Amino acid sequence: MGRMSFVLRRLVLLVPTAVGVTIITFFMVHLIPGNPAVTILGQRANPSTVAALDKQLGLNQPLIEQYWLFIDRLFHGNLGQSLYYQVPVSSLITSHLPPTLWLLCYAAVLGVAISVPLATLAASRKDAVRDHVIRVVPLLGLGLPAFWFGLILQTWLGTKLRLFPVTGYGQGFTGHLHSMFLPALTVAVALCPVLIRSLRASMLGVLGAEFVTTARAKGVPAPRLLVRHVLRNAVIPAVTVLGINIGYLIGGTLIVEQVFAIPGLGSLMINAIFERDFTVIQSVALVYGVLVVLVNLLTDVAYVALDPRVRFDA
Amino acid sequence: MSAVSADPAPAPAPVPPPAVTRVRARRARWYRQPTLMTGLVLLAVIVFMCYGASLLTSFNPDTQNLEQPLLGLGQAGHLLGTDQEGRDTWARLLYGGQVDLRVAFIAVILPFILGTILGSLAGYFGGWADTVIMRIIDIVVAFPFFVLVIALVFVLGTGEKSIYIAITAIGWVSYARITRGEITVAKRQEYVLAAQSGGLSSLRIIGRHLLPNVVTQSIVYAMSDIVQDIIAIVTLSYLGLGIQPPTPDWGTMISAGQNFLTTQWQLTTIPGIAVVITGLALSLIGDGLADLLRTGGS
Repeated sequence: MGRMSFVLRRLVLLVPTAVGVTIITFFMVHLIPGNPAVTILGQRANPSTVAALDKQLGLNQPLIEQYWLFIDRLFHGNLGQSLYYQVPVSSLITSHLPPTLWLLCYAAVLGVAISVPLATLAASRKDAVRDHVIRVVPLLGLGLPAFWFGLILQTWLGTKLRLFPVTGYGQGFTGHLHSMFLPALTVAVALCPVLIRSLRASMLGVLGAEFVTTARAKGVPAPRLLVRHVLRNAVIPAVTVLGINIGYLIGGTLIVEQVFAIPGLGSLMINAIFERDFTVIQSVALVYGVLVVLVNLLTDVAYVALDPRVRFDA
Repeated sequence: MSAVSADPAPAPAPVPPPAVTRVRARRARWYRQPTLMTGLVLLAVIVFMCYGASLLTSFNPDTQNLEQPLLGLGQAGHLLGTDQEGRDTWARLLYGGQVDLRVAFIAVILPFILGTILGSLAGYFGGWADTVIMRIIDIVVAFPFFVLVIALVFVLGTGEKSIYIAITAIGWVSYARITRGEITVAKRQEYVLAAQSGGLSSLRIIGRHLLPNVVTQSIVYAMSDIVQDIIAIVTLSYLGLGIQPPTPDWGTMISAGQNFLTTQWQLTTIPGIAVVITGLALSLIGDGLADLLRTGGS
C-alpha cells in the first residue's frame, strides 16, 4: 500500500468518528434536565423567548429531524446564535481559535525543549542517581492542577518579580512569545512527565540496538552518539506520544487560558459556563473534538513521513 | 482518563510464567519496592490526617468568625491562619481532604466497574458487541477529557452526582480498552479452553477465571486515573461546578483564596500543595505497582 492510499484510508476511517463527535455534541442539549429552553433561559424567561430558543434548537421536532437540522447547519458553517453575546457562534469561534492554537504549539515546543535534555540525561546512565531523580521528580507534575500552578507562576514571576506579563495574549510574534510564556510553561509542565517517560524508554530501546554498538566500537564520542544516533531515532515515538496526548494538552489549556485571561476557546467556554450560554459550550466542545481528531490524523501522517521504515499495512 | 504513554492498550507479556510462582514472588517482595512503599506510606499519612481531622484540630471547618478574617500563619492559635470569613484554614484543609478523597475514590470505582464489564464483553465475545463498543470508545476519546467533563457537568447541573455521572461516562473507555486487550489474548489460553470444554457458562469463565488474571493492569491504570480525577474534581470546584460551598474542598479553597494571593499567599498555595502531594503519592503507588508487575517482584 502506498503513502497516498494510507492517508486516504485514514481519512475514510475518520468519518464514523466525526459523525460520532457530532452525535455526542448534539445530544448534550437533551441531557439538560427539564425543558432545556426553560433551563437555559431561567424560570422567569419570557414565553416567546423560550419558544424562539425551542425553534433555534429545533426542540419541537422529532429527534432525527433535529439531528438533520443540526448537521445541515453544521455543513453551512452555522453553529447557531450565542445566547449571551447575541452573535453567531461561528464568528466567536474563529476569533478565539488563534490564541488557543498558539498556546497549544507553544506548550508543545516548551514541553519538548524541557523533556528532551532531561530524558537524554536520564537515559545516558540508566539507574544512576540522575536517572532516578528524573524519573521521580516529574511525577509531581502529574498531580499538578494546571489552574493552581498557573496562579502561583502568575503571582511570583508575574506580579512579584515582574518578569512576565500577568495576563493577555500580547501583540505580534515576540509579544505572543513573551506574554504567553507563563501559560505555555504551565501547560508544558503537565505534559513533561509523560514525554520524559516515553522518550527515556525509547532512548533506552535504541541504545540497545546494534547500530549503536557499531558506532561505539567505531569510537563515536558519547555526546555525539546520544544526539546523532540515539535521539534522532528515539524522537519518533515521542511525536506519537505528543499526538496521542493532544486531548490531555487541550484539557490543560482550557483552564490555563481562563487564569491568564487569554482570549482563546478555553476562556470562551468557561465564560459561557458562567453566562449559561449553552450554544457556545456545545460548539466549543465540537470544535475541540474535531481538533483532536485532526491532530491524531496528522500524527499518523507525520509518523509515516518521519520514519521511512513504517510499513503501510496498518 | 489520564495521559497515556505510547500505546493505550498495554502489550501483554508474550508467555507469562506460571501464575502461582508469580503471585508468590509478588507477595514476598512487594514491600521491598521503594517507590510503592513511599507512595503507600505517603497516602496512609494523608488519609489518616484527613479522616483523623478531629484529632489534629479543635476548630470546626464551617464556623465563621468575622472578627478574625484573613489571619496569617499561626496567629491567634490558627496554625495556617484563617480565610476571608474567619474559618480555620488548617481545619478546612483536613475536612476538605475528606470530601475530595471520597469523591475521587467513588469517581474512579464507577468507571472501573463499567469499563471492566464492557471491556470483557467486547474482548470475550468479539463480533458485533466488540465492534460497537470499540466504535463508541473511538468517539469518546476524540474529546479532550476536561472539555467533555466540564460540558457534561454543566448540562447535568452542578454537584457531586453530576461529577460521578460525567467521569463515569467518559472514564470507562480506558478500562474497557485495557480489559479488552488483555482478555483477547488470555481467552486463547489453555485454562480458558479447559473451562469452556468443562461446560462452564461464559459469565462464570469471565468472572471467575479471566478477570482475576487480567485485572491487575486496570488496577495500575486506576492509580494514575485517580490522580486525574482529583484534578478534575478540584478544577470543577474551582470553576464553581463541583463541590458547593460551604462544604470545604481544596478546589473552592483555591478559588476563594485567589483574591488575596499577594497578601495571604497561603490561602491558595497550601490547598494546591495538598493536591500535588496526594497526586504524587498515588503516582508513586501506580509506578511501583507497574514496576512490580513488569519484573515480577525482583
